[in-house]
Amino acid sequence: MNPGPTLDAPRRPQSAADLFRVFNRLALQGFGGVLPVAQRELVEREQWLTQQQFVELLALSQVLPGPNIINLAIVFGDRHFRLRGAAAAVAGMLTVPTFIVLALTLVHQAFQNQPVVAGALRGMGAVAAGLILSTAFKLLPTLRGNAMGTAACWAVLLGTFVAVGLLRWPLAWVVLGLGGTAMAWAWHRLAAQATTP
Amino acid sequence: MNGADLLALAGTHGLTAADLLQLLAHFAVLSLLAVGGAITTAPDMQRWLVGQQGWLTDAQFGASVALAQAAPGPNILFVALVGWNAAGLAGLLATMAGIMGPSSLLAWGVGRWGQRNAQALPLRAFTTGMVPLTIGLLGATAWILVQPSRASLAQAAGAAVLMALTVVLMRRTRWTPLVPIAIGALVGGAGFA
Repeated sequence: MNPGPTLDAPRRPQSAADLFRVFNRLALQGFGGVLPVAQRELVEREQWLTQQQFVELLALSQVLPGPNIINLAIVFGDRHFRLRGAAAAVAGMLTVPTFIVLALTLVHQAFQNQPVVAGALRGMGAVAAGLILSTAFKLLPTLRGNAMGTAACWAVLLGTFVAVGLLRWPLAWVVLGLGGTAMAWAWHRLAAQATTP
Repeated sequence: MNGADLLALAGTHGLTAADLLQLLAHFAVLSLLAVGGAITTAPDMQRWLVGQQGWLTDAQFGASVALAQAAPGPNILFVALVGWNAAGLAGLLATMAGIMGPSSLLAWGVGRWGQRNAQALPLRAFTTGMVPLTIGLLGATAWILVQPSRASLAQAAGAAVLMALTVVLMRRTRWTPLVPIAIGALVGGAGFA
């Protein structure tokens, strides 16, 4: 039996192999990120999750550290077939794409000394930077309702960019120092909000 | 055949077993620091692998991220390529086990603990505080990725245009990311980035 919020979805995976198959299929469709495809496959096509359940699962996966989509696969797989399900979902997501990306790398290694190939990779790198920036822009509106306040949010955002991108400080110091301070401030503000009606 | 021969067979590019352990350990720490996804740890990977250890060049690092974006599958596969470029198959296994291990265990544990406590103050404080940090890390990642194009002013300008064009396309159209990636390959291949 599976207690919890997965009960009211119309359908459910039949086996660990079923999980492997579906997560493999959604990974192979994900160019430049798998999350949008995951919503379409898990909610609309397989109907293993309702829209609301998907959003909740996504939020949990994003709060946790580590690759979001892998976290999602682990939590979803575990709910259905315990450890076996989690392993099947993750394996489905990674196995075939790993071989594809390695094949691409070998092709690249064979031709990397050609200036055209080196240039093409630099151009693709700039586009990758643009893809990541557009994700950052998509997240900016979520700062509006942030309990820390707009000024504090921008201070943390710019401070992180300068410390990690320009000064090249180790990430651990920045997350513990700046991130820790931000969390303490957020805690203080959230607690204050809770007491004032 | 001794251990060093075996490592050479696996294509570790001169990295020793101790180096591989260090690689695993560094990525295991990054796993727990990867708030907002694995890509946010890219600046630290680049700093450590390229700047500190010298196991990878800037171009190799950039190529790993670009190729992983161009291929289907989760973006986390750039970590597999970074490992592969640093130390072959052994490097790939070390970086992937490192980046996925600790965070997966945590996700598994928290998943079982359930979503009952989603409204608990510590969890909300964590999310609230981490959102701006995550966005700042994404900005830093983009900055690191255009590093190879900063050799000349013309290339830097080309890279800036490509980056801006990608942002506009992603926000204004519903095109697949393959479109800007193909444009980037063409523009870069012609020597403009």
